[in-house]
Amino acid sequence: MAELPQAVRGFSTTFFTMFRKVNTEQYPEDKDKYPPKPAFHGRHQLNRHPDGLEKCVGCELCAWACPADAIYVEGADNEEGERHSPGERYGVVYQINYLRCILCGLCIEACPTRALTMTNEYELADNSREKLIYEKDDLLAPLMPGMAEAPHAMVAGTTAKDYYEGKVTGATPAQLEEVAAREAAKAAAQAASDAAALEQVADVDALGVAVAGAKSKYAANAKEEALAARATDAGKGGEQ
Amino acid sequence: MTVTTPATGQALPPVELVTCTIDGIEMSVPKGTLIIRAAEQLGIEVPRFCDHPLLSPVAACRMCLVEIEGQPKPQPACAVAVGDKMVIKTQMTSEIADTAQRGVMEFLLINHPLDCPVCDKGGECPLQNQAMTAGHAESRYNGVKRTFPKPINVSAQILLDRERCVSCARCTRFADEIAGDPFIELLERGAHQQVGTADDQPFDSYFSGNTVQICPVGALTSADYRFKARPFDLVSTPSTCEHCAAGCGLRVDDRRNKVQRRLALDVPEVNEEWNCDKGRFAFTYLDTDRITHPWVRDEDGDLVPASWPEAIAIAAEKLAGVRGKVGVLTGGRVTREDAYMYGKFARLALDSDDVDFRSRATSTEEAQFLASSVAGSGLGVTYADLEKAPIVLLVGIEPEEEAPIVFLRLRKATLEGSTKVAAISSWASPGFAKTGGTVLAAAPGAETEVIEALATNAATLSEAASAVATALREPGSIILLGERLSAHPGAISAVSNLAGASGAALAWIPRRAGERGALDAGALAGVLPGGRPLTDAAARAEVSAVWGTHADALPSQPGLAFAEVIDAVLTPPIAEEPAPGTEADDALIIAETAVESAAVATDSDNEAADAAAQNAGIDADLEEPEPRISGLVIGGVEIDDLPNPDKFREALRDVDVVISLETRLSGVDAYADVIFPVAVDTERAGSYTNWEGRVRPFGKILKDAFTLTDGRVLAMIADQLDVNIGTGEPAQVRRELDELGTFSGPRVAPPAVPAQSVSTPEPGQAILASWRHLLDLGVLQAGEKYLAATARPAVARLSGATAAGIGAIDGEAVTVASDSGSITLPLLVTDMPDGVVWIPGNSPGSEVNSSLAVVPGAVVSITAGGAA
Ligand code: SF4
Ligand code: SF4
Ligand code: SF4
Ligand code: SF4
Ligand code: FES
Repeated sequence: MAELPQAVRGFSTTFFTMFRKVNTEQYPEDKDKYPPKPAFHGRHQLNRHPDGLEKCVGCELCAWACPADAIYVEGADNEEGERHSPGERYGVVYQINYLRCILCGLCIEACPTRALTMTNEYELADNSREKLIYEKDDLLAPLMPGMAEAPHAMVAGTTAKDYYEGKVTGATPAQLEEVAAREAAKAAAQAASDAAALEQVADVDALGVAVAGAKSKYAANAKEEALAARATDAGKGGEQ
Repeated sequence: MTVTTPATGQALPPVELVTCTIDGIEMSVPKGTLIIRAAEQLGIEVPRFCDHPLLSPVAACRMCLVEIEGQPKPQPACAVAVGDKMVIKTQMTSEIADTAQRGVMEFLLINHPLDCPVCDKGGECPLQNQAMTAGHAESRYNGVKRTFPKPINVSAQILLDRERCVSCARCTRFADEIAGDPFIELLERGAHQQVGTADDQPFDSYFSGNTVQICPVGALTSADYRFKARPFDLVSTPSTCEHCAAGCGLRVDDRRNKVQRRLALDVPEVNEEWNCDKGRFAFTYLDTDRITHPWVRDEDGDLVPASWPEAIAIAAEKLAGVRGKVGVLTGGRVTREDAYMYGKFARLALDSDDVDFRSRATSTEEAQFLASSVAGSGLGVTYADLEKAPIVLLVGIEPEEEAPIVFLRLRKATLEGSTKVAAISSWASPGFAKTGGTVLAAAPGAETEVIEALATNAATLSEAASAVATALREPGSIILLGERLSAHPGAISAVSNLAGASGAALAWIPRRAGERGALDAGALAGVLPGGRPLTDAAARAEVSAVWGTHADALPSQPGLAFAEVIDAVLTPPIAEEPAPGTEADDALIIAETAVESAAVATDSDNEAADAAAQNAGIDADLEEPEPRISGLVIGGVEIDDLPNPDKFREALRDVDVVISLETRLSGVDAYADVIFPVAVDTERAGSYTNWEGRVRPFGKILKDAFTLTDGRVLAMIADQLDVNIGTGEPAQVRRELDELGTFSGPRVAPPAVPAQSVSTPEPGQAILASWRHLLDLGVLQAGEKYLAATARPAVARLSGATAAGIGAIDGEAVTVASDSGSITLPLLVTDMPDGVVWIPGNSPGSEVNSSLAVVPGAVVSITAGGAA
């Protein structure tokens, strides 16, 4: 049997491969065709109770468990009229730094309230450090039907324990009303402050003139007065 | 010179030792040692909740059970003293002890909520830790837990979660045994046992924060630190408290360069393990209204932001123009190191000795007393001495309000029974009542009479006074002198004389943390570092040797003190050339008169000044007289701390140059030509000298902060002026201070100012008595709302007869008025001399300096009802 030249043998591999089935997956064009496995540890999510209150109590156990020091939490008190979670405490600041996170999942095991879970989302790349530090707003689960955006009061007559025992199943009309009223008030306040901002431009001029007249040593302007007014006794200082 | 070493020949009493065996290890301990302490010495930790080394044993929690051979049942190690030949087995070697402890833990957890995720103690909780080491992993209890509504406010600052309480009684014992504010008690019995307060009395104690620190669970927490951080977030740094002259050790916990809380450190010779609520909670000022860059005044008189080099150049240029005529005034916030730099800057860079750290009511008599008896005197009377003294006489000081740890020591000493406390005061304050002493009642200004009588121990003395006079002559007796007395001419001289006559040790306790250090560091006219008198050539030579200058570089005539600087700005001197050396003396006289007439309204002062100026103008052929002071360098002075704030404002307005070194926006800004931002305590290293004379150093806490200290800024200005005063870095300054040491030569003589006759109030008038509450409007308490809510309410106090005389009714309004203004407060009829009215010095609704512009001892008018 006559030996074929080396080159022909090599090219034959290339040639036959041209007719084989292609293994390349087209990303991002075809990414939906290849979803990650359901148990994949992806981006985190901060869950809500069925009425929309946050589950996170700001306990920092997740931050404590994290081997990469990727989580930063600050707790705070649920004030009257400003309730974010059932019970006394909620997480006021919640950040996960995805430049540090290794997606190990230890944090979600540590969480005592099932507030923190992980989604399947794996697209965690961006072009700046800031964008990869996810804030609470980025991590909070979207509102599902029947939920009202926190802060709002707990379902009347329930305790934090009832929430954990699953006795709360959705937002009550009272809660929905509270949130609607808050949104309306916010919109009204915004309109009012826009109007005030226009007027203030005129005020600054008036202040500058008035204050300049009151000082003997220095002709003061509005900037200095604003600086001085924040100190306790600056008012008296300018009087004589 | 320290009193800690016993004098030679005075052998310590022999200690009786007993020998015992703990876990098979034999040891000898002094008789009376508790088993738990003996075990600690061997490194064996018996679990505990209620045990605290500074509180009496109660054996309330039963966690520390150990087996003692020969005893039928396990015994609490925290309450049983070691006996001779006792054989003790802890949980380490005894099955019985271990089972007993696990049983107790199971009981404790039955009603415990285990809400660690939302509990502030989580991560540093003895219950969590000991449940792991001495508890069962699984609970056998399936019943319903006892619950309470959570949390309840026992005061504005302190929150109580009764579900978490393990009934250890640490908090109630602290309140009862240490602070003496037993508003908090264990109530009910059995499973319902709980800590609570009497219905109408909140737990308003100046020491309430300590209960949070010693509560072994998260039952007591502070509103201030609530949910802010976890132990693993915090960087802890030891430090020293900046709020008073007690010098407490602090642990400062910060998270990402922001202070989250402060705890008391265990410093046995100073604060033991306690501190006051001001020291614990008042730290929000650290980032309230901070200045972040220099400001300079442009040609139009506007403050504009400036770069550092620019601001330094301008400040140096302005100061160069008024060199020799600059007053350097600092407040109580300066550290020893920074105060030293102010003094050195004044003398070398400004050719001036007009430097003073006392931004409050002062007198030349006080300055002389400080120069003669306090400056550079090292460690004098100590806390330990207070505990051993047969009597402690308080003159012009309220320890609970002004130096709370001194109060705690006095209370400890009186409870132990050996020490008596007496006070010369207008009435027995709540703090004084807790030390159970004798008050020798005296109206402000009349203290001098009482002090003089004690000095002679005349037969005419009352029984109580004569007992005090006799006790003062016993060895070890102590007189504590407060800064308030400087308002009464002759009083400090009399105290100094009393100390000499009776042999009692005398200690001066200023209100502010920085004052003693500033005095020792030479930030006072006439006093060089180490207590060296400026007038002494040898002393000047020592200082100039260390400063590396020619001896003539230092001024040799004592400069002006605080009040005198203000007067010198406002009152130009008579224009004839004074003979060398008398200039300062003249100023002294002017200033003294001015201090005495501090009650006189600013207007009449102005007239006098104008008249003087006119006369001078005529004499000197209508030449404009040059004021003695044309520039001010001001660091840390709060205008309203001065007895006449408006007068100081006027001086600030009139003076040509004002350079301000400040941490935050202050009233001085409106007049300053250049403002430099400087470091607060968390951003700098330094030290305070506490009232004992003990140097209490601290390091920089916020490592990322790069703010400059006062000393650094001054050094840079001096560089620009071509004067070398060193770098101003705290470490370098400390080396210089060590090198300087204290002065061994003769001091100036103590003051001998004759007593001033006490003014007699007409009907409808009274003599003003006043001091400041611990928690008040002080700038270092800015921004701390919970703490402010626990402050004592402002009331006016009158004797029953005086109140009846003006028709005032207890609980209703009375108005105290001077020429400058008035203060209206609810009346509280108090046992005090007639014709005296007491109001707090700087509390909401009662700001004596800014409203009345008079000092205690002045005659004010009193009327029933609100201001007309
Ligand atoms: S997944 Fe792991 S690394 Fe990422 S935040 Fe959680 S604990 Fe930290
Ligand atoms: S997510 Fe969970 S573990 Fe993390 S702070 Fe919130 S409640 Fe705690
Ligand atoms: S006191 Fe301790 S054991 Fe109890 S809830 Fe708080 S952290 Fe947990
Ligand atoms: S509140 Fe704390 S300190 Fe007081 S008894 Fe209960 S557990 Fe002890
Ligand atoms: S520590 Fe001994 S009984 Fe509480």
